[in-house]
Amino acid sequence: MPELNLTSAPAHIRHGSNIGQPLTRRDGVLKVTGQATYAADNHPPGMLYAVTAVAGISHGRVISLDVAAAKRHPGVVDVMTPEHKPQLAIDPEIKTNPFVFRMEALQSNEVRYANQPIAVVIAETLEAATEGAALLAPRYETLPPLVGLDAGESFVPPVVGVGNPTEIHRGDVEAGLASAEKRIDATYETPPQYHNAMEPHGIVASWDGDSLSVDMPTQGLKLSLARIAELFGIAHDKIHIRSPFLGGGFGSKGLMGGPPVLGIMAAKLVGRPVKLVLRREQMYGPVGHRAPTRQRLRLGVDGEGRLTALDHHARTVSSTFDDFYEPAADASHTLYAAPAIRTSHDAVRVHTGTPLFMRAPGEATGSIALESAIDEMAWACGMDPLAFRLKNYAEVEPISGKPFSSKALLACYEQGAARFGWAKRSLQPRQMRDDAGLLVGWGMGTATFPALMFQAEARAAIRRDGSGVMEIGAHDMGQGAWTALAQIAADAVGLDIARVEFKAGTSDLPDAGIAGGSAHTATAGAAIHSAGAAVIAKLADLATGDERSPLFGAGNAGVIARDGRLVRRDDESRGESYAEILARAGVAEVEARGTGAPNPAAMEEYAMHAHGAVFAEVKVDPELGQVRVSRMVGAFAAGRIVNPRMVQSQLFGGMIWGLSFALHEEAITDRRTGRIMNANLGEYHVPVNADVPPLDVITVEEHDPHVNALGIKGVGEIGITGSAGAVANAVWHATGVRVRKFPIRIEELLTPR
Amino acid sequence: MKPFEYIRPATVAEAVAAAAQPGAAYLAAGTNLLDLMKGGVSRPDRLVDVTHLDGLDAIETLADGSLRIGALVSNADLAHDPAFAKSYPAVAEALLSGASAQLRNAATVGGNLLQRTRCAYFYDTASRCNKREAGSGCDASEGENRTHAVLGWSENCIATHPSDFCVPLVALDAMVEIEGRGGHREIALDELHRLPGDTPARESVLEPGDLIVAVRLPPAAHAFAAHARYLKVRERTSYAFAVVSAAAALRIENGKIAEARLALGGVAAKPWRARAAEDVLRGVAPAADVFQEAARRALTDAKPSGDNAFKIELARRIVVRALTLAAAGTPARMPALPASPFASTTGAIHA
Repeated sequence: MPELNLTSAPAHIRHGSNIGQPLTRRDGVLKVTGQATYAADNHPPGMLYAVTAVAGISHGRVISLDVAAAKRHPGVVDVMTPEHKPQLAIDPEIKTNPFVFRMEALQSNEVRYANQPIAVVIAETLEAATEGAALLAPRYETLPPLVGLDAGESFVPPVVGVGNPTEIHRGDVEAGLASAEKRIDATYETPPQYHNAMEPHGIVASWDGDSLSVDMPTQGLKLSLARIAELFGIAHDKIHIRSPFLGGGFGSKGLMGGPPVLGIMAAKLVGRPVKLVLRREQMYGPVGHRAPTRQRLRLGVDGEGRLTALDHHARTVSSTFDDFYEPAADASHTLYAAPAIRTSHDAVRVHTGTPLFMRAPGEATGSIALESAIDEMAWACGMDPLAFRLKNYAEVEPISGKPFSSKALLACYEQGAARFGWAKRSLQPRQMRDDAGLLVGWGMGTATFPALMFQAEARAAIRRDGSGVMEIGAHDMGQGAWTALAQIAADAVGLDIARVEFKAGTSDLPDAGIAGGSAHTATAGAAIHSAGAAVIAKLADLATGDERSPLFGAGNAGVIARDGRLVRRDDESRGESYAEILARAGVAEVEARGTGAPNPAAMEEYAMHAHGAVFAEVKVDPELGQVRVSRMVGAFAAGRIVNPRMVQSQLFGGMIWGLSFALHEEAITDRRTGRIMNANLGEYHVPVNADVPPLDVITVEEHDPHVNALGIKGVGEIGITGSAGAVANAVWHATGVRVRKFPIRIEELLTPR
Repeated sequence: MKPFEYIRPATVAEAVAAAAQPGAAYLAAGTNLLDLMKGGVSRPDRLVDVTHLDGLDAIETLADGSLRIGALVSNADLAHDPAFAKSYPAVAEALLSGASAQLRNAATVGGNLLQRTRCAYFYDTASRCNKREAGSGCDASEGENRTHAVLGWSENCIATHPSDFCVPLVALDAMVEIEGRGGHREIALDELHRLPGDTPARESVLEPGDLIVAVRLPPAAHAFAAHARYLKVRERTSYAFAVVSAAAALRIENGKIAEARLALGGVAAKPWRARAAEDVLRGVAPAADVFQEAARRALTDAKPSGDNAFKIELARRIVVRALTLAAAGTPARMPALPASPFASTTGAIHA
């Protein structure tokens, strides 16, 4: 592990505790000076370069590879193929647990999707390996591929998302629709979207006998370690993974995929360290993506605009060889108080890589459809979209009837609308113009994301010099874990952040759980909090049990840890420093472990979600159809905000992704071949700076005593939800054209003149 | 990447000789070529680097009043040259609407003219493409082709030329100066690019070894400076190729259009000069109905090559808007979002 030299200097003078302070990133200086070591920045001595050759077809088999031509190329050391590769200890097709997904590790010549790895060329230089891969000139037996939402026979999968029921209902939807005064029945489509984290997936793998050293970005150090251990048949303690920084994860680096396994295999094959980094276009296949959906929403309302029924059905796709189903319809479980709700899914299989988690999986896709439908119904009722949402505000979780652990959504609506100026919105569409004659539209969406908790462990220590240590194998994907978790650690041990050595990002540290589900700060934070409390308790035992201490007899409950000292709760003038306690006791350090985990009793009792309200303004050229978002306001309530600066960035990022969902992102798939035709950052559009308007984020105060000890709900994903629908609804309000297929395209808005 | 020979010639004559060999390609900034090489789309045996040649990076006014732009002038340097931007505002606007600031800093005038199509099937070596491999077929014609050509395409190729820069240039009768094995010659830019016909792999009239050394704007070109605009509709606000674009330039005398120039981008395998539309505009007062008629004329021969019928209607509307903007007069300052429909948005952020 390189010396990280994280900086703790705050941008502002701080008062009070560390939690709640807008510290700048402690790894920021490293990053902007190029000193933050990402996986692909490692070059161990003797390292070779590996480049994958990928399938040019989406279904069939490879019948020949010109391995001889590749090997003749100067610098090529070896070519790994299904016939020439190290044996894995277990078949990668075997799903040893629900978080194992099937991968391509050259186990056969079968091609299951385009861009599937079919060989790996290992060479002295990147250029030689790249040309070697081109020289393989694969020939294929091509079989007809299944492409798109109407491919093959549909079926009802056993579960969607991570173990969610495929269908859930409460109340009688058909009766609710039958009794409705007004009904809408609308179908929305969302496209396949692919991960485009700045840092492509990469690995540097080095074997030393049966010990393995790995540099790779991972959102789940221990999950990755366990998967490597079982695939290569080695003990956990023989593997060391370093993942100090991820250049974005977003769900694509959570579970071990094929490419890093190929890197480890290649290193084993040649007996030298190997680096394998995916090219941008190679990310469009083996590392997960957001599946396309077609969603049908049926809503009914009574004469006063109250929902009588909400039926949300989603069609999605999975791969031909594994199961992941985007739980899009589940977005309708929590937001609107319909007495009858049904959510259901079906799917078809297509020749793609297996779709997987992509920032707000299910919530993002479902939200844009639900928020569009709610907007359509508000218009059908002649009601303001915010008034309609308030009319249907859920005081308890609609699908379960449970009370919310906390829900400051009303404040989000109120503060967001006030900041945006929503009250001045015209009810009718296509009424507003700016000085230049551009159509102006205002739209809104409600944001929601579950407040999840996973399992984590942390180790805390207080050292002889009075400083602290906090160790947890946490993951910084760019969201700011090095900073926010260190803030929690500092408060947990009663020290200034500069006095706590915070260690994270390697597999030899305690398991921090997976950095996903917007739950990492809550989960790792809870473990840190509990480890800190435990080590302080041990320190207190040393002092209160020692008659030479001014704290003798104070008892555990009577001591406060603050600024490196323990003081009596009933008399704060009596106390001593951590260093004094340890020196007298003659111990080098005290240490303790703590865990973070969901509280099943609280989960049984309460529905736990973060909420928000997003307001967007778009401008549309009335004749040419080009759209530009001109401002967005998001108000979010997500429990305790550990670091307002990091949280604001997370919410900005989510809102921008929501804008992207509505207007830009789409993997264009050739309907005949199943190949993705825009697998590059030039043509797979994400917003550029000029597309991103001034963004305004409000974090609404919310105290949640039930979600976890720190009251943290998480902000990683909620920003997309609500935002995508808000932009789409604003386009409708600007133009009067309701586009139900995303992203919204220019041709849809070329209305007759 | 395929190994290649790298040659850095000292003179234009050496460059021409080196590049006349089969398998050779000129390298200027490489903003397109290097991507094509990394993707295995272009696999030259020899690169002839012209970036160190003397005398190709000047912007000079000639005695007859024409402007000569060296082939190695960067897109950014040209667009930000105050005298150039004042005399040929639509060209500057087109340059600034293309690519990104970083690419414009590198990309050259000559390279811009010879950039390759952005057809996805051309870039995808697993697809058939008559441009990449003559006679292999065109997978775009039945494929994902909503952004493809609506003018001048053939059954063999429906790709478009992606340049913004070329569109106002062709409208202003730009000339291209070429050094080749037969010495110096010059042709109209309008004649540089070929329509696909039966030989889409032959994209220009250049012969092996031919090197573009300059682009020249004739003396008449700056007479349009007061009424010249470029308008580009694209699918994000910056860093995207045109779905359709248009350059419109008017010479207005006594309230009437003495002369009009109009060209379209993103619609054909070459920048598309719309002379029939120009004829409609000559001698009439600028007005919405004549602009509509000009737009109709400009697209008379258009037909969809796939899922792109909307581009024809969009092109008509862009023509009308570009003419309307040109008639209103060139703005005193370059808009913050050059060529964008949102150019006039107050408080716009620079692209």
